[in-house]
Amino acid sequence: MSLLLQGGRVIDPSQGIDAVLDILIENGQVKALGERLSGQGARKIDCHGLIITPGLIDMHVHLREPGEEWKETIATGTLAAAAGGFTAVACMPNTQPPNDNAEVTRFILKKASQEAFTRVYPIACITKGQKGTQLTEFGDLKRAGAVALSDDGRPVPDAFMMRLALEYAKNFGLPVISHAEELSLSQGGHVNEGLASATLGLKGIPAEGEAIAVFREIMLAKLTDAPVHIAHVSTKVAVEIIRWAKKQGIPVTAETAPHYFTLTEEAALGYNTYAKVNPPLRSAEDREAICQALSDGTIDAIATDHAPHSDLEKFIEFEQAAFGLVGLETALALALRLVNQGLLSLSRAIALLSTNPARILKIAGGSLRVGSPGDVTVIDLEKKWVPRKENLHSQGKNSPFLGWELQGQAVMTIVEGKITFSRM
Amino acid sequence: MNASFTANHILDIASLSEEDIFYILKLALNLKEILHRPIPKVPTLRGKLVALMFFEASTRTRLSFERAAKSLSADTLSFTARMSSVEKGETLLDTILNLESMGVDLFIIRHAMAGTPHFVAKHSRARVINAGDGFHAHPTQALLDMLTVYQKKKTLSGLKIAIIGDIKHSRVAHSNIVGFRKMGSEVYVAGPATMLPLEREALGARVCYRIETALDQADVVMALRVQKERHGRALLPSVREYAQEFGLNLKRLELAQKDCLLMHPGPVNWGVELAPELQNDPRNVILEQVENGVAVRMALLVALLGGNA
Repeated sequence: MSLLLQGGRVIDPSQGIDAVLDILIENGQVKALGERLSGQGARKIDCHGLIITPGLIDMHVHLREPGEEWKETIATGTLAAAAGGFTAVACMPNTQPPNDNAEVTRFILKKASQEAFTRVYPIACITKGQKGTQLTEFGDLKRAGAVALSDDGRPVPDAFMMRLALEYAKNFGLPVISHAEELSLSQGGHVNEGLASATLGLKGIPAEGEAIAVFREIMLAKLTDAPVHIAHVSTKVAVEIIRWAKKQGIPVTAETAPHYFTLTEEAALGYNTYAKVNPPLRSAEDREAICQALSDGTIDAIATDHAPHSDLEKFIEFEQAAFGLVGLETALALALRLVNQGLLSLSRAIALLSTNPARILKIAGGSLRVGSPGDVTVIDLEKKWVPRKENLHSQGKNSPFLGWELQGQAVMTIVEGKITFSRM
Repeated sequence: MNASFTANHILDIASLSEEDIFYILKLALNLKEILHRPIPKVPTLRGKLVALMFFEASTRTRLSFERAAKSLSADTLSFTARMSSVEKGETLLDTILNLESMGVDLFIIRHAMAGTPHFVAKHSRARVINAGDGFHAHPTQALLDMLTVYQKKKTLSGLKIAIIGDIKHSRVAHSNIVGFRKMGSEVYVAGPATMLPLEREALGARVCYRIETALDQADVVMALRVQKERHGRALLPSVREYAQEFGLNLKRLELAQKDCLLMHPGPVNWGVELAPELQNDPRNVILEQVENGVAVRMALLVALLGGNA
């Protein structure tokens, strides 16, 4: 079946398009883009007043399956993704067992093919068991379908090990994603070192620890001339180092998450476990630097680090509570908040949420060029809504944005020409 | 309950107003008299049930609370994490809700993890007093320290308070910094730099890398216990060096005001943070702090649970 989206404002940063156009999707692909397409036999969808973009891609989520299905599954996590306007997610490998071998990668893809509401791109471990001592079989993993490598949740502790990973990944063209954290400085920490640690009497996680780790990865990228991608950048110092590295021509890309450009460490005051996340929410100065980096291109992508937990992990003593928050369903509205505040253009926001992640992961999508996958997100910029435990589709309700009055929401998500979620 | 006291829980000093603090201190001064009666007991809180929830070791604080509750005729339940269902894996929330079902009116909570009393206050109908949570706060200790200073100095403003020792890992220092600053005094902290907060974490206290700077003309000198058991790693080369470089003795105290108060939250490591020669020094008010501790806790129980004092 084919779909004709009529009269929407098409924003496609990959082609520099911002115009009212029709778009025809046929056989799972973008078939035509233009004014007043006839689209005979196609199901017609009236998109007047709405925004049409290449499907959003979240390059950093935790789907928790296999192993922690009480928190999230591939089915529920991708449903939340589709509800949030995403047509593809890349899932981190810290499952139980971790995705450090082709068998787990195949399991994820098989489940996804049966149950998922979006495309699912598995990210495999850099080291076996994420232990930081032995490389995984990059070739085998790639053949099974892994699109990138990361020990997310844990840094690769040893610089030489990271060097080996960057070098070996070149054989397979696999991007390496670094969870940049100097463990010896962050261990035992729960919140940002500064206002939050002082006020709450908790051990802090210093911003400089992130900067040290980011600088190490950048030096290794320079040394090996292999690209490195920095996950969830949260600090001003890290931004400055990345900006410098890009100027030097070192192959580094970076992402941040909506909570880092929206919240500060104050969200954790009062021991709010839903605002306990790693890296921690930082200072107002850090938040401003992140916003600046999103607009000037230092940061390439917005990724949610969607980390669902049940209240078994969150409804307990703060120091014992798990790190992480859910983000798939609020990410778009929070990015649009920056647009409404004049910090980002709409086109830049879509590049950060779609075109750039596709480019970094070297996956299809992120574009509405004719012949591209028929992955499309339809957005109502005006729609006001309030995230609540009852209306989130993720099994994880651990959002610090519950009760916020947000504006802007995906009203239709189309994957390979099929509507996977609709509010229209 | 007096209208001028507004707090429902005593979770930290930061959430008390200046008026709340004076209210408690004045009430404590009134109640203290009871402790000197031939029969030091009044029926004020008869029928109230107070649970002492000590998830972490304590002598002074626990017994002080128990003494305070009994002087006011409240009933007490004593809980220690060892020998309880916590060892069987019962969650804190379940433990609290079960006790609430037994009719507990007020929880007194000591816990190794910061924020636990806040967590309980959020999820329970009963009142909560924080008896020390992790490195975060020890509000009743700060109140009894303020009471001791107020009694001796007749004011809590315009004073120089010096706190010496492991500031970074001390809930006592944390609450005293917040409390004395709130009341209009300056707080100076000194000690080994591995145990000092960075400026950004000092909550407005002046961080001194020379102990002399902190002691100079101080009205109050507070030593903290060197808490060896708190540190996964050695933050000090040796206890001997601590005593030598940061321990208080007669000579160092000469830097402070002649009529300074020498305080310590206890238990003291004599010969480490305090030289034995200070044991009977007239400036030493450590045991008065302990007595004031009972009075302050009586005041808090009355303020939170009502009754006619």
